[in-house]
Order: sequence, then structure tokens, then C-alpha cells
Amino acid sequence: MGYKTPLFDEHRALGARIVPFGGWDMPLHYGSQVREHHRVRLDAGMFDVSHMRIIDLDGSGVPAFLGRLIANDPARLRVPGQALYSCMLNRQGGVIDDLILYFRAPTRYRLVVNAATAEKDLAWIRDQAVGMAIAIRPRPDLAMIAVQGPNARAKAVDLIPAALREQSLALKPFVAAEQGDWFISRTGYTGEDGLELICPAGQVLALWRGLKGAEVAPCGLGARDTLRLEAGLNLSGQDMDETVSPLESGLAWTVAWEPAERDFIGRSALEAQRERGGLRRCVGLLLTGRGVLRRQQAVLSDGKPVGEVTSGGFAPTLQRSIAFARIAPGSGEECRVLIHDKAVPARVVKPPFVRNGKPRIDL
Amino acid sequence: MTTNTPDDLKYTKEHEWVRDKGDGTVTVGITDHAQDELGDLVFVELPEVGRRVAAGEACALVESVKAASDIYSPLDGEVTEVNTVLGDAPETINDDPYGAGWLFKLRLSDASQPDGLLNATEYRSLVEEEG
Repeated sequence: MGYKTPLFDEHRALGARIVPFGGWDMPLHYGSQVREHHRVRLDAGMFDVSHMRIIDLDGSGVPAFLGRLIANDPARLRVPGQALYSCMLNRQGGVIDDLILYFRAPTRYRLVVNAATAEKDLAWIRDQAVGMAIAIRPRPDLAMIAVQGPNARAKAVDLIPAALREQSLALKPFVAAEQGDWFISRTGYTGEDGLELICPAGQVLALWRGLKGAEVAPCGLGARDTLRLEAGLNLSGQDMDETVSPLESGLAWTVAWEPAERDFIGRSALEAQRERGGLRRCVGLLLTGRGVLRRQQAVLSDGKPVGEVTSGGFAPTLQRSIAFARIAPGSGEECRVLIHDKAVPARVVKPPFVRNGKPRIDL
Repeated sequence: MTTNTPDDLKYTKEHEWVRDKGDGTVTVGITDHAQDELGDLVFVELPEVGRRVAAGEACALVESVKAASDIYSPLDGEVTEVNTVLGDAPETINDDPYGAGWLFKLRLSDASQPDGLLNATEYRSLVEEEG
């Protein structure tokens, strides 16, 4: 038995198949995850993401603390509501977790971290903050629904409190608006437009039912995974973890080297890696032969193993199998993947595979 | 959710169904329970027509969004036909596991064999036991 979000009974009532995920009992799908995937690409779907951990940071020491805590530069956030994607590294440069940081006011920030790593993240954050003027406040009193798809914002707007409606519709990508305990951001994990709605846990059932009434399709973790894979978005704990550098996880773009004097945790380890060179690459794969790419399958180049698949599956929008793989530098565009003892041809491509409903690679 | 288990079919412990045509040939597929457990099917690999298979031999593969699953021949025989529709539309198995979603047909080496399989009641108990 795992933790349950405030929507657990509602998922059961909707016929969801429930699976354990990161210590939580979560909906995998409500009948067909492929159909849910298409609903998000073509119209609007919603995900209960209340299992993700919201952590509020308040205090005069917060900006300097964040500059040390995360690999991206929090000083990039200047306007209230702005969001930043970043990795949180250990001293060896491994990825403890990825997160989204929101700037709310000069000494008030909000973090949203992954469910599976939440306890570890929180312990790490508290350890780093010892002796600093920072209040660290996890928010289990809040719940979160991600509404995603080309029609998501239009369908969700009436369910947002009146005072936030206009602002929410005007949000630019990666910006949030808030009032009281409602917090609306134009973010997501699907490669589609949409919003993530944070509200008091006691109001989330009414919000969910209201969205359902507006014909937003309930979607489970299964569709969430195929959507994020097509969108070229990493999954923490799978495509990167504590033993792997962001530089070998396709996340070099999230590491802010400037200003050079900002000494974030893991910086010296990443600098040493960069100096040494020979780093593995995280690439996209499109299977050109028959089968389905899966995590941990070996990637071969000229018959020799050069790496392995970190996330793989069938991509409903492309009707092909795709993957992320971590491979040795210098491998060519053509490769093979070992699937059930057969070396099946695949092509190295640059993610994202799909954005805003459209394929972004040649099939 | 309860799944469908037709009374007129035979079953295996590996969640395949067998339709005995009574003329020494059978049709084979996966059960409603199996497709429900697997989730959306996305890839199917079927045996070649003419291949001789032994009972218990892995001879086909179905892959869902979740996992790959070997299909074992329920009986000894020769593959006479495979469901080519599944190549482009593996989801047919989810939609109609006992009808349009059949996998392959066998001409049996010994026409009395289907009697050794599970009947519908026995298969339902198996599914319940597996929880």
C-alpha cells in the first residue's frame, strides 16, 4: 500500500488501473493509455500529479542558497512567477533530481520535485541549509493537476478562480500566476501547450470533476511517459540519476557555467569531466527495424556495444518505436539495438521527436 | 473489472485460448484477461506459415506499451495461417481478443490433444488465484 493523493478514490471510480509509483498508488491508465496519449496531442487531457512534492523556501538567505543548490542559475529569474528547470547535483556531479524552481518574490521561491526522490531531495536540501536563514516548508496541503493539449488552456480557464483567470490565460510559457493557495503555471511534461494547476487539497476533487465536465480526458502515468518520451523530456531516476552527470544525460543546456564564480554543488566535478572529455552522449533513437525499444537494451555500432537505452517504448503519435540512449562519443548515425537477441537497425536522431502535435524528425 | 472467458473455448496456463474446429485444426489467441493485463498492444511477431511447433514452444511475441510477452504454442502441430492484420493493427487484440484478434492457426499432430487443456471454469479459477 502506497501513499494516496486526494483524487485516489476518484481514479478508482473512473476505472483506473492503479500501480505503485515512487511510493504512491497512482493511475496507470483509465482503459487505454494510447487513447489518452492521443487525447493530449489532439485535444486536452489531465494528469493527477499531486504526488509530486511542492517545497516552499522563504527567507533572506534563499537566493544565495539556491545559487549553491542547483546547477542552473536562479539569478536568471527576475520577474515574479518565472520558472526555471534545473538539476540538483551531488558533489560528484551526479543528478539527485531534476526540478522546477519558481520565483515568487525576492526572498520567496517554490520548488517542485519528483515523487520518487522527494524524501531524499528534502533531506539533502535541509542538510545544505543548516545554519542559514531559510524556512523550508513542504506543502502536502496542496494538490496539483496538469492540464495538457492544444485545447487545454481554453478548457481549463473556467475552472480557475475568477481573480486569476485573465492572468492565467495571458501567461507566457514557463511563467506562473498565483493568488492565495492557487498557483497556475504554463508548464508541463508532454510537449504540448497547457497549464499546471496547484490548489488546496480540499478543492482538487471539484477542480478535477469540473475539468472532466469540460471534456478534459483523465490520463494516467502510461500516457504521461509516452508523451514525455516523444517530447524529448528526461525522466529522473531513469535517464539520469545520482551516478550520472547532466553532461552525459542530454542536460548540459541546464548547467549555467556563468557567472564563473557561482560555486554550485557539483561544479568542480563537472568542470573536471569537461576537461577530461570523452563524455558519453544522450541521443534519441528511432527504430527502423521491427520491434519495440525498451530500457536497458544494448546499443551496437559496427557490431560492438557502445551504450544502452535509458528510456524506450512505442510512440503513439509516430506509430514507431523510439528511445533515449546513452552512448559512447564518436558513434555514427546508424546503429543497432539488441532486442530479444536480435540486432535490429535504428537511427540516431535529435530529440524532441514530437512537439505541439507534430513530428519533428524524419521517419 | 471482470474479463470475458467464453465457455466454448479451451485455455492454457499461459493465458492463451484455443478454438477447436473439430477437424484437426485449431485457432489460437490470447485471452481477454491477458490483453487487459498487458495494456495496449503495439507490436506482434507471428510464426512463419509451415513451421512445425511443439506444445510449450515459444513461437510468437506480443508487445504492449508495458512489456514483451512470449506466446507458447498450446499444442503440437503445424502453423497453417497467421493473422496478418495484426502487423499494422496490433490493437485488434485489445478490441476483439477472441475474434478478429486471433494470432495463428494450427493443424494438430494429434487431433485428440485439445482435451488436455483447461476448460473455461478451470481457467477462471486460475485467473482468480493469480489475483
